[in-house]
Amino acid sequence: MESVIDIRGLGLTFERDGRRTEVLRGLDLSIPRGAFVAIVGASGVGKSTLLRVLIGLAKASAGQVSVTTRSAARQPVALVFQDSRLLPWRRVVDNVALGLEGSGLSKIERRARAVEALRVVGLAELAGRWPYQLSGGQRQRVSLARALAVEPEVLLMDEPFSALDAISREGLQDELTRIWRETGKTILFVTHDIEEAVYLADRVVVLAGAPGRAVIDRTIDASRPRHRDDPAHSALIADIRGHIARPG
Amino acid sequence: MALTQTADLPALSASSRARLGALGSIGLGAAGLLAFLLIWQAVPALGLVNPMMLPGPLAIPTAFRSEIDSGMWLKAVTGSLSHYGIGLVIGAALGVAVGVLTGMSRVAEDLTSWVVRLLRPIPGLAWAPFAIIWFGVTPKAAVFIIAVSVFWIVFFAAHGAVRGVDRDLLEVAEAFGFRRAHEKLLKIYLPAAMPGILVGLRTALGQAWMAVVAAEIFGVPGLGNRMIEASSLLATDIVVVYMLTMAALYGILDSLFLVAQNWLLRWKA
Repeated sequence: MESVIDIRGLGLTFERDGRRTEVLRGLDLSIPRGAFVAIVGASGVGKSTLLRVLIGLAKASAGQVSVTTRSAARQPVALVFQDSRLLPWRRVVDNVALGLEGSGLSKIERRARAVEALRVVGLAELAGRWPYQLSGGQRQRVSLARALAVEPEVLLMDEPFSALDAISREGLQDELTRIWRETGKTILFVTHDIEEAVYLADRVVVLAGAPGRAVIDRTIDASRPRHRDDPAHSALIADIRGHIARPG
Repeated sequence: MALTQTADLPALSASSRARLGALGSIGLGAAGLLAFLLIWQAVPALGLVNPMMLPGPLAIPTAFRSEIDSGMWLKAVTGSLSHYGIGLVIGAALGVAVGVLTGMSRVAEDLTSWVVRLLRPIPGLAWAPFAIIWFGVTPKAAVFIIAVSVFWIVFFAAHGAVRGVDRDLLEVAEAFGFRRAHEKLLKIYLPAAMPGILVGLRTALGQAWMAVVAAEIFGVPGLGNRMIEASSLLATDIVVVYMLTMAALYGILDSLFLVAQNWLLRWKA
């Protein structure tokens, strides 16, 4: 299957106050179109950095990263942050329309697309609210809608549900699974929650060590819909937990 | 009696208690104002001060009417408001522009830092000699002095507000493809800095008003000038008319500003 993201020998070194920190070294990863891949690892292992490189917020120090998209979309990749990062001075609908500005669409078309994206996450009726009027779960749904609105081929998600309460989190996980199945987007989902990764993704990549590298790359072939405490997953979860605890 | 009243209070809902409290403070405020007017009237009436030196409040409406009838009042008010408005707009526009620029660009900040340190401590009124040399005793001179006073306040407010913009929100703009300075300016910096800029503008509104009066005392036509004219004729009732006019105009402008600010910041919780 053709791959949409190709990472070859990715290395990244930060320099801050004269101190060099090597975050990633020699990372190889190839992600086929339409896959749902979870990247798991302890904090500080370079998971978020990987996403930042893919969207162009950070520069690789070594290696190559290529995102091959089919469409001529203005923005083939979109990112959902851990905290919703809505712009507080924009109403919900205008937050969602942010990425469409500069796309040549008229304001009416942008709003229509934004409302459509809000409908996908089930919040169309909140389009006219201000962000401060939303709950944490609603904010994160709006943030997801903002990313979906630009119709990206690849959706990058940086621990998007980790700040939510358990009920909102599980609701959003199921919603995301549904959206993925309906849209066929490629999803790269970063999390430190092993159960979440195993529940959502059809492939789990574990980053560990300092600098971070892939220590496990496992396909999950469980049928969908899945069950949260499927005993078939417990061996894999235990295996991943062991690798994160003792990298290498 | 006092005991029963205390016992009754918890029966009132929190909102009606708040309303009672609000009514109470309005009542107290009105009582205080009335007491002030009474004392003011009593001081000259009892002969404590020569009424020529301090006219009582009852003398003011007559003086006010004569100023209106002669057309002087309207002329002074429109004169002052036009210096005020033009000076405010020029000073605020430049202040926001330079403040935002130095807030966004480290180079611009470093480049201007010493100039700012040199010029900043100079009070707006210290520019009066140059204002008069350059523009003469004209409305332009008043506009200049007002604009200088407003500039510094708005400049610092805008600079600080832009420096304090949340980096995370800038990343959002970048992640959605807005990486050029003017895109980030319009999408993030300006709206995010707006609360801080508005605080500066409101302070400037008051400062500019002081600068208006000061500039006019040098002879530029307007409220301050008319006041000085009246005082040289010992028409102290007319002086008071203009003092109260200044208070009223400032009160109206500040209230209008608050309405505009509340609308602009309606997105805040």
